[in-house]
Amino acid sequence: MHISVNVDGVTYADEVEPRLLLVHYLRERLSKTGTVVGCDTGNCGACTVHLDGHSVKSCQMFAVQANGHEVTTIEGLARDGRLHPVQEAFRSNHALQCGFCTPGMIMQAIDLLADESDPDDETVRKGLEGNLCRCTGYQNIVRAVQDAAQRMKPGAGPKIEQHSDENIAAKQPVGGE
Amino acid sequence: MTATAEPEVGKARLRKEDARLITGQTKWTDNIQLTGMLHMAVLRSPVAHARIRDIDCSRATTMPGVAVVLTGEDFAAEQGSLPCAWPITEDMKAPPAPALAVDQVNFAGEAVALVIADSAYRAADALAAIDVDYDELPVVLDLEEALRDNDLVHPDLGTNKSATWIYDSAEAGSGTNVEDEIASAEVVIERTFRQQRLIPAFMEPRSVVVDPSADMFTIWSATQIPHILRWMLAAVTGIAEHKIRVIAPDVGGGFGGKLQVTPEELLCLLVARRMGRPVKWTETRTESMLSAHHGRDQIQKVTLSARRDGTVTGLKVELLADMGAYLRLVTPGIPILGAFMFNAIYKFAAYRFVCTNVFTNKVPTDAYRGAGRPEATFAIERMMDELAVELGMDPMKIREMNWIKHEEFPFNTVAGLTYDSGNYEAATARAMELFDYESMREEQQRRRSSGDPVQLGIGISTYTEMCGLAPSRVLGALRYAAGGWETASIRMLPTGKVEVITGTSPHGQGHETVWSQIVADRLGVPFEDVEVLHGDTASSHKGMDSYGSRSLAVGGTALVHAADKVLAKARTLAAHMMECDEADVEFASGSFSVRGTSTVRTLGDVVLAAHVAHDLPEGMEPGMDADATFDPDNFSFPHGTHLCAAEVDTQTGMVKIRLYVAVDDVGTVVNPLIVDGQVHGGLAQGIAQALFEEAVHDEMGTLTTATLADYLVPSAADLPGFITARTSTPATSNPLGAKGVGEAGTIASTPAVVNAVLDAVRHMGVRDIEMPCSPERVWNALQGRAADASAPAAGGLGSIDAQGGQS
Repeated sequence: MHISVNVDGVTYADEVEPRLLLVHYLRERLSKTGTVVGCDTGNCGACTVHLDGHSVKSCQMFAVQANGHEVTTIEGLARDGRLHPVQEAFRSNHALQCGFCTPGMIMQAIDLLADESDPDDETVRKGLEGNLCRCTGYQNIVRAVQDAAQRMKPGAGPKIEQHSDENIAAKQPVGGE
Repeated sequence: MTATAEPEVGKARLRKEDARLITGQTKWTDNIQLTGMLHMAVLRSPVAHARIRDIDCSRATTMPGVAVVLTGEDFAAEQGSLPCAWPITEDMKAPPAPALAVDQVNFAGEAVALVIADSAYRAADALAAIDVDYDELPVVLDLEEALRDNDLVHPDLGTNKSATWIYDSAEAGSGTNVEDEIASAEVVIERTFRQQRLIPAFMEPRSVVVDPSADMFTIWSATQIPHILRWMLAAVTGIAEHKIRVIAPDVGGGFGGKLQVTPEELLCLLVARRMGRPVKWTETRTESMLSAHHGRDQIQKVTLSARRDGTVTGLKVELLADMGAYLRLVTPGIPILGAFMFNAIYKFAAYRFVCTNVFTNKVPTDAYRGAGRPEATFAIERMMDELAVELGMDPMKIREMNWIKHEEFPFNTVAGLTYDSGNYEAATARAMELFDYESMREEQQRRRSSGDPVQLGIGISTYTEMCGLAPSRVLGALRYAAGGWETASIRMLPTGKVEVITGTSPHGQGHETVWSQIVADRLGVPFEDVEVLHGDTASSHKGMDSYGSRSLAVGGTALVHAADKVLAKARTLAAHMMECDEADVEFASGSFSVRGTSTVRTLGDVVLAAHVAHDLPEGMEPGMDADATFDPDNFSFPHGTHLCAAEVDTQTGMVKIRLYVAVDDVGTVVNPLIVDGQVHGGLAQGIAQALFEEAVHDEMGTLTTATLADYLVPSAADLPGFITARTSTPATSNPLGAKGVGEAGTIASTPAVVNAVLDAVRHMGVRDIEMPCSPERVWNALQGRAADASAPAAGGLGSIDAQGGQS
């Protein structure tokens, strides 16, 4: 099947098998290897990307389902050499060790912060329930997300994360600054 | 010695590794794509024990994209046997361990055929077209039943018993006779504990790529042990070691689970050799759970003798350890690593340890975070609570009266080790303060008196462990096939920048950061000017890799010694350059000076002088590089006090950790940020054993927890926040004073949680609850009955003990 997908700001047109998973399309066809596969049941969340600004598990979607949509991966977050505030917060709070869950965790955290601008500990923990980490015990991940919330006030973040809320996006600064 | 203006050792440096990990620039093995690369898929046995009557590959071979389908018979002449490097006794029974089953399968998940195709999808498609005719054999699952030898896992061995390993303090001369102590004791407590089977569940599934081009086999693997892997693959295949290069690129966690020479690594190598093309294999999560080694799985019978005043006298431990179907790299030695730790921090007069290793038709067990020591710590810390209950004493008081006092170090233990340093009083005092122990006890009393449906329990674990693996002579005495040294090289580049080559192989621990701190601290160079190379046998030609909380205590020490060699040579050259006596040269903040003068040469000046070699002292070699290899003369012994407050809802059996305080003494801390992270992650895994995780087999030997939907790796919502703090008594066995921190949290936390759960409900008549303390198990225990053994959440029939609930 023929698909056209915008990934991290670039539009790709490809012939794909209908059964090709989105995550394999990203990794093997587009070499977007920042997004990884940790399980086959949708439990671990390592493959989390954004589809039109909302987090999805890319191992639970076919590439053809992304036809005509915009996908953002971990590789599309930094803008003009500047990290997204959530990336920055993960580094500053030592919220990663082996880093395998990190791309998915960051993508999910950004989605969470779009809904909760100042989440408490429990809100963060519940919001990240679908993303497993085996290294950190989550303590520093929770801290990082709360720290990122502070860094992102009053509603900064890349434009691509905000286009479902056009009225807000139009009024507020964009990008990772 | 600190050569920087501000000490680098002890600084909470942000990690160098993170830049690539947070932006998706990481180099995972599965990212690798090579021209002409083939993909390998593995057909796995659905049955736990069977003879293979026939494998029909004819349909699969004709499927689109399939290059070849291979079975065990195709490799029978060349695959040899997967290595076991730890024959614990002279008469240990070890079955041949083919990477690809030839005529018999011995666990569900064992590899029986391979499809090699032009894409991973097509290789997987063809698996379904292979027909295997199995002739099923009786399945051996239960440890005690296995010992009766009615049905045999490996009929050729004539028994399911692999080996029996004994330590006896009377025979070793380290203590008295335990039977005498038990016979004359005022109090004897006997308990049986079950260490359920766990799955390491590293987040990055295993992956291997082998490139046979350019007269060299280049192997990328998601492994913790590139150096050992290279050695073992050469030994098994006969391929010359210098024609194998192993690269562990970024590796996504291991926890002991990637301390292995896997069937798939060997098979990828053999297939690449056969096909003359690069081959990749990446496992699915379910494959990982079905075939990568598991951990724990023991039945522990423990007898403790004491006097009425609470003084412990003797400890007898009888273990049954489940090997699974084969002996992998260090399978038999895992319970032996626990043998020296059951006596823990307490002064027993007598100790006897007997471990029987048993084969079953299950996935092989091997190292998993703590490896033998969490099992030991669990048993002794549970026993100290049992003794306290028996004598009606406070569980902390009874520990305190039996532990080694800080002024008694170094202390020779009844298990034959020498603990070099520690201060259990200090760690405990800090933990009690952070926990507010007395008010927690008061609240517990209030809830008991008022019959609150949510009861409160307090659990203690005053643990120690042995790590920094390991003195080579001790490993030799334990019949381990390799040494325990570690190596490091420093290359001083002409512009003053520094390359460090280490034999350790990090997979999340942050060695690039911490090794840079050590070199910066020692040489006075900027932290940013140090690059750490690791995990490639071409650049780091020797090493013993990363496991057993060894990297800093052993590998970090090798690096300190290499830096000292650089400095020693640089000092000689600096004296030559400044035309002074070497004794008058001072070194501070990266510069040499002549005492009492303003003459200065920076280390960079000296390195450049050594590099150009225009004017060197007589006999000095050009260059300023140095190598060092360090073999520790003792283990290191982190310790600490962990306190857990658990709320148990007596109406639902749900356990909630309300407060967890961990005070750890890991000796000198190089990077507190990383140490805290290691403790957090360790706690999560230890708590998960206590409350959540269990690998369950059904009565046919099928693993019923083979996905992350069924095997409960905790999420953020399942875990509490932790309060962590530290006390410090530096190790005396290495110049850094570091003890190791990778496993401590896991070793300490499991008994703290289970002790807390029991403390909450013991007054309601509950004496024991098997792990994991799921709501169902806790609720059943409260109803005064054993858990329903057939329910997966409470352990299936394939579990080693189907009793559940109370003992």
